[in-house]
Amino acid sequence: MTDITTGNTITFQGPPAVSGGAEARSRGYWAGVARRLRHDRFTLFFLALALLIILGALIAPWLGLPDPFQTSMARRLKPIGFKGHLLGTDELGRDLFSRLVYGGRTSLLLGIVPVVLATLIGGLLGVVAGFFGRGVNMLIMRVMDVFYAFPSVLLAVAISGTLGGGILNGLIALTLVFIPSLCRIAESATVQIRALDYIEAARATGASNWSIIRTHVIGNVLTPVVVYASSLISVAVLLGAGLSFLGLGVEPPTPDWGQMLSSLRQSIYVQPLICALPGLAIFLTSLSFNFISDGLRRAMDVKA
Amino acid sequence: MFLVDTTSTATDERDVGGAAQPMLIVRDLKKHFAVRGAAVRSTARVHAVDGVSFTVAKGETLGVVGESGCGKSTLGKLLMHLIDADSGELIFDGGAIGTRDMPLTQLRRNLQMVFQDSSSSLNPRLSIETSIAYGPRVHGASASEAKAKARDLLVRVGLRPDIFAGRYPHELSGGQKQRVNIARALALDPRMIILDESVSALDKSVEAQVLNLLRRLREDLRLTYIFISHDLNVVQYISDRVLVMYMGKIVEIGAVDEIYRRPRHPYTKALLRSRLSSSPDERIKLAPLTGDPPNPINPPPGCRFRARCPHARDLCATAEPVLEDGATGRKVACHFAEELADA
Amino acid sequence: MIGYIIKRMLYIIPVCLGVTAVCFALMYLAPGDPAQALLPPDATPEDAAYLLRLYGFDQPVWVQYGRWVLRAASGDLGVSLQSQRPVFREVMSALGNTAVLSAGAVLLAFVLAFILGTVAAYNIGSRIDQASTTLSITGVSVPNYWLGIVLVIVFAVELGWLPAAGMGSAGSDSFSLTDWAQLRYAILPIITMSVLPLGIIMRSVRASVAEALGQESIQLLRAKGLPPYAILTHAVKNAFPQILAVMGLQFGFLVGGSILVETIFNWPGTGFLLGKAILTRDVPLLQGTILVLSISFVIINLVVDVLQSIFDPRVRRT
Repeated sequence: MTDITTGNTITFQGPPAVSGGAEARSRGYWAGVARRLRHDRFTLFFLALALLIILGALIAPWLGLPDPFQTSMARRLKPIGFKGHLLGTDELGRDLFSRLVYGGRTSLLLGIVPVVLATLIGGLLGVVAGFFGRGVNMLIMRVMDVFYAFPSVLLAVAISGTLGGGILNGLIALTLVFIPSLCRIAESATVQIRALDYIEAARATGASNWSIIRTHVIGNVLTPVVVYASSLISVAVLLGAGLSFLGLGVEPPTPDWGQMLSSLRQSIYVQPLICALPGLAIFLTSLSFNFISDGLRRAMDVKA
Repeated sequence: MFLVDTTSTATDERDVGGAAQPMLIVRDLKKHFAVRGAAVRSTARVHAVDGVSFTVAKGETLGVVGESGCGKSTLGKLLMHLIDADSGELIFDGGAIGTRDMPLTQLRRNLQMVFQDSSSSLNPRLSIETSIAYGPRVHGASASEAKAKARDLLVRVGLRPDIFAGRYPHELSGGQKQRVNIARALALDPRMIILDESVSALDKSVEAQVLNLLRRLREDLRLTYIFISHDLNVVQYISDRVLVMYMGKIVEIGAVDEIYRRPRHPYTKALLRSRLSSSPDERIKLAPLTGDPPNPINPPPGCRFRARCPHARDLCATAEPVLEDGATGRKVACHFAEELADA
Repeated sequence: MIGYIIKRMLYIIPVCLGVTAVCFALMYLAPGDPAQALLPPDATPEDAAYLLRLYGFDQPVWVQYGRWVLRAASGDLGVSLQSQRPVFREVMSALGNTAVLSAGAVLLAFVLAFILGTVAAYNIGSRIDQASTTLSITGVSVPNYWLGIVLVIVFAVELGWLPAAGMGSAGSDSFSLTDWAQLRYAILPIITMSVLPLGIIMRSVRASVAEALGQESIQLLRAKGLPPYAILTHAVKNAFPQILAVMGLQFGFLVGGSILVETIFNWPGTGFLLGKAILTRDVPLLQGTILVLSISFVIINLVVDVLQSIFDPRVRRT
């Protein structure tokens, strides 16, 4: 199946066949994934970078950074390294490095929370649609088709444009954008799993549908859904910052990368390098999550 | 050595109807599937199981044979109530299934199934122990009880719990997986097990080991088997009686020795002739079964085998033969069974 | 195949109805009374009266929806509160400008992706392949609204080679691709827009060509000693329908998602219009633009599916 936001083709492959050597003995699937990830230095590097950005955002108030809201008319648009301003100042004289670190808070919030929510909602809807089939499937999947008929950027802009600006509306808009694709992935994986004999065997024991879903379906649907969801974080970071860039999403003076990029854009003739920095932060974050997702996909052996 | 409690006692207190009461009575079981994607969806139906009746006595093994697509797997799933029958009656040890005498939950405890494909029959994300313990957990056993039960059963199927309990399906060979599948089917202490092509995917040497395990379990636990397979040699080895299916119908049923020695239905004859012999002297002399079974969608009236039958006559095109009693409990569905007896 | 095409075409009817329902519902998503929310802060009483008439807010919701759909189907999307011009005409003239950028970006992306993806697929597992995979992931990670600004900084501000924004003196009505004086305005936006589809199409080209190269028929050609370029020609031919489909979809995404790039370059397309509508809370314009864009996306998807089913009978996407 081809996905709407990234064009990725995700095929559910099931767990990798690991030969029963001494090392692979009696280990669960996730232990194997962790082992393979540990040997992937490239992915580990970007994992460390992403963790650094996340950590910086989390502990920003305790880092002893300059006040990100302190404006100064005298110190507007100063270059990198200017008198205690590591990365210079913005158009209102606020410390740019501090604002970039703080800005990670909203940008990461808009990147991660909608994907988590959409994974829970869309994944559950997909599992229900795939497992129960027939009318339930029709109802859920046809509604998803309608939302699928909107390009993701357009849908996000349409929803938050109508709801108005603000972080909460941005979160709602992005969550709604990601639900349909996650629902589809979960649905097609569930349909494949439902046909397997171990589901029949579980039925034959007289287990209830929910017990079968909990024990036998969710664990196996998780792989393709998690791999796919991880690839969406980078899309969500780009889209979320994009909304703020358009004046939806996060509103000033709260620092946010997209919104900072938007307001610094007016100053490209004065301090071009400074103006490009918030976008660089978005790029690095998105890049990190994409490489992590790619590494995860390889470690989980899901074909892309 | 641990013993599985209830079933190993001398008299089974779950035996309601006594030894003479058949374990399972099947009456006129029918299942038709609507054909998907048909231009006119009204009438296109596959008659997967079309009016099948038979009984299985306590402690016996009934083999079910037929070509692929004859409905034998559908039959197994119908008996397990994994799919709903269109019509028909099922009576387990005197209790009609679905009534107060034999509610579905009780049937699940009494009747279990071992599936064919050993690679998709176990959840890849669960350890062997957890997979086996799942059934008892569903029926209310505590986690430790279910775990102990799983370990007992691993011993029973010949896998050391200290080595295998924590392993995952991808770490097992095909034969080991099939042993686990058998253990899982035993986890609810069933009295009857449906084995659907349960050894078909295994190597010949492993197959023999698993068959011997099944025979031993049958003696130890007083089990009743329905053994579905396309492999006539395996069926002969394990079964007491055999049921031959063709396009959703029983064409012949009877004691395994009788049928293998003197098949009466032309289809059974052809089927037995076409099997591979281990002896090079027993060459196939007569023409084996030729052609494919006719389209199972909306079969024509008359005998379903007539298009491939060397003895077909006018009567076969108009009247459908019924399964008629013969000597020694044998039943044949052929108009000319008596006539062809010596052919 | 004809049956599939007819089925696929009929299927867009419920989808389009769903799309109109979502667009209609947007009005009710807005906080507060929809009649009030529709009014810009500086609305005149005439505006208020016009809106009431247009939407029939005194009617039940489904009547409002029905009337709205019927009017929309006849090309009447109301009048922009800001410019007082019919929304349909505004959106349609902007759509052409967006299509120019999107088509240019997809073509540019395709040419580069095709070369890089084919080379990667032919040398699968090599350093070249790894580098191209990394490049493709980088491509889909770049925020294009940032890339646009960087390109402007480099090529417009620092080097002064290309204009920073707008469409040039000719304006949107007589834009001509053959006139360099006008075309130069489109170059930076097209490059900016092409990066995301470049990454995606490249990944798809690599996967399809690699798959085709692995097919037995092509293995046979290899065994027969056919030169590499001839083998590649075969492989590419096999992979083409799939690549075409991905390109078509990307075109659809670009048309629908042009708002960020067009905002940066002040390019008077549908995205720019959308941005303007959001900024001024011009609901008829917002709703109309979204409707036209999403219906266009549905139609592009339909065309892609039908074309693909003609070229490649194996694929019957539903």
